[in-house]
Amino acid sequence: MSAPALALDGVSRRFVKPLDLAERAANLLGAGRRAQVVRAVDGVSLDVAPGEVLGLVGESGCGKSTLARIASGIMEPSEGAVRIEGANRAGLGREARRRADLAVQMVFQDPMGSLNPRMRAGDIIGEAPLVHGIVGRGELADYVAGQMRLVGLDPALRDRYPHQFSGGQRARIGIARALAVKPTILVCDEATAALDVSIQAQVLNLFAELRRSLGLTLLFVSHDLGVVEHISDRVAVMYLGRIVEEATTDALFARPNHPYTQALLAEVPRLEARKRRFSALKGELPSPLAPPPGCHFHPRCPHAFDRCRIERPALREVAPGQRAACHLNDEATRSSSRA
Amino acid sequence: MAPVLEVRDLTVVFDTDAGPLAAVNGVSLSVGRGEVLGVVGESGSGKSVTGLALLGLVDPPGRIAGGSILFEGEDLVGRSEHEMRRLRGARIAMIFQDPMSTLHPVLRIDTQMIEAIEAHESVAPAVARGRALAALERVGIPSAAERLAAYPHQFSGGMRQRVAIATALLNRPALLVADEPTTALDVTIQAQILAEMQALQAETGTALIWITHDLSVVSGLADRVAVMYGGRIVETGPVAAVIERPVHPYTAGLIGSVPSRNRRGVPLAQIRGHAPALAQMPPGCPFHPRCERASALCARTMPSAASYGPAHEAACHHPLALPEAA
Repeated sequence: MSAPALALDGVSRRFVKPLDLAERAANLLGAGRRAQVVRAVDGVSLDVAPGEVLGLVGESGCGKSTLARIASGIMEPSEGAVRIEGANRAGLGREARRRADLAVQMVFQDPMGSLNPRMRAGDIIGEAPLVHGIVGRGELADYVAGQMRLVGLDPALRDRYPHQFSGGQRARIGIARALAVKPTILVCDEATAALDVSIQAQVLNLFAELRRSLGLTLLFVSHDLGVVEHISDRVAVMYLGRIVEEATTDALFARPNHPYTQALLAEVPRLEARKRRFSALKGELPSPLAPPPGCHFHPRCPHAFDRCRIERPALREVAPGQRAACHLNDEATRSSSRA
Repeated sequence: MAPVLEVRDLTVVFDTDAGPLAAVNGVSLSVGRGEVLGVVGESGSGKSVTGLALLGLVDPPGRIAGGSILFEGEDLVGRSEHEMRRLRGARIAMIFQDPMSTLHPVLRIDTQMIEAIEAHESVAPAVARGRALAALERVGIPSAAERLAAYPHQFSGGMRQRVAIATALLNRPALLVADEPTTALDVTIQAQILAEMQALQAETGTALIWITHDLSVVSGLADRVAVMYGGRIVETGPVAAVIERPVHPYTAGLIGSVPSRNRRGVPLAQIRGHAPALAQMPPGCPFHPRCERASALCARTMPSAASYGPAHEAACHHPLALPEAA
């Protein structure tokens, strides 16, 4: 089998809030204050095969955006390696690194926040390919027109500014900009979250179409299970910096293994024709500053037992193509082998 | 039994240099005791302005230009600000998407909640405090007695929204208008709030208007749904009828746009184009430029509502089903 298009290998990212002056002064007096460390991403390994769409879901604060930034090369991991088509990005020479960085592009949630308000749409899309020598100045106009058509924008709108476009059109500009440097991998961070449902449907269809026509590999990060289920081949579920489950979309939605995945699926509102009784997972997402020991999910888990409070469960295969990090799976094998 | 709220032909306009623009255009709706009405629409559909108008919260340059809002049998349109203040927070309450816009950032929760009670009723401070505590407990805030003394920023987003809900329900309103109250929240927290809302409503019988862009939330929560587009209600009816047998092409398009498991790999039935801005509202049916079924008639005249079943109405010249004989 060929190397994965994108591989994350034991990737972690820590953010440290250094001690301020008062705290350092207090330490001189023996207060023993320590810098606060957040492990936003904690030992994550993921592979995305060429041409595959991997959905990454999780609630706010779970570290999915940090992971997206690491995957796209905007942020360096504190530990671990990111491999683009098999090559460790950190070990690449200057030119190879530049190519690897161009190969992975990111599409952001808020088109208004990620498009320069004082640049015309055509310049936003054309700037990077020009700088990177993908097109010459002479062919630039045609190239930009082609990119705009690719994402369903009328090239006649190239001289407009971002605020003159609708939300859906701005999302398309963001996609065109990412595609303009001919990436093989797109990392989409909540790329449709700010859009109305009817516009979101247009953009999701566009992603599906682009993936087919350009053979793109997608890492699709979202909090919206419906969106992820619709677009992904495989799905990874993240909770407080860790992947708790990873499986093909069908398996994950038909047979979720991890109690957190099960709770998420149970609570996603679905279009249905009658009233339902909402049940609720207890508790809140704990602070990433002080994650619970052992399995991060244990304080909210209905099945937690002693081991969950002490030992971090490893991601293990629970069915072909499905991995989950839950001690209950060990219990199940133990009791069945005993029987 | 008379409905708690009956709105007829409500029109809200914003006065601009280009003349008055109608953000809400002839909206009629009603909600009864213990009932949940879902109001669904995309940005710019007029759903939020409708909600604000019910509480007399439309500020200039906006104004109610026509129609009536019958609340417990009395028309609220034209009431003085003083009279509306007596109703708001007592008989009618509202919760918003961002609870920080409801809560005062530098006042403790107990101060704010007790104030909300004392504004409408003269009670002993200890009694008011007791009620505030009970309200916090009812919406599922753990160790409510200690949390009373906390400031809004010390709560998480979900907890803050619960405080806002508890405050809104303090005076046992007959009607609660909720504008996207769970949109900013995570799925698991949204489910908690929805579960608590259902339990509270069963207990108090408050009529509830739930305004949202998310058809899936409404489908599980509401009894009836009203779909808004371009300032008008284009379809309304019992949830089952509207979801299973939509009549208006916009409703059908919205339903088709919702990504879900049975349509994986298949393109979503998208609606082309985007919603019109208020200043560029097309003549005739506001949806016609985006509609696959539109004809010349749609560009000329706004269709009137016709009946498609019990309490199921839609306004379309080319509906997806035949209307019932009048």
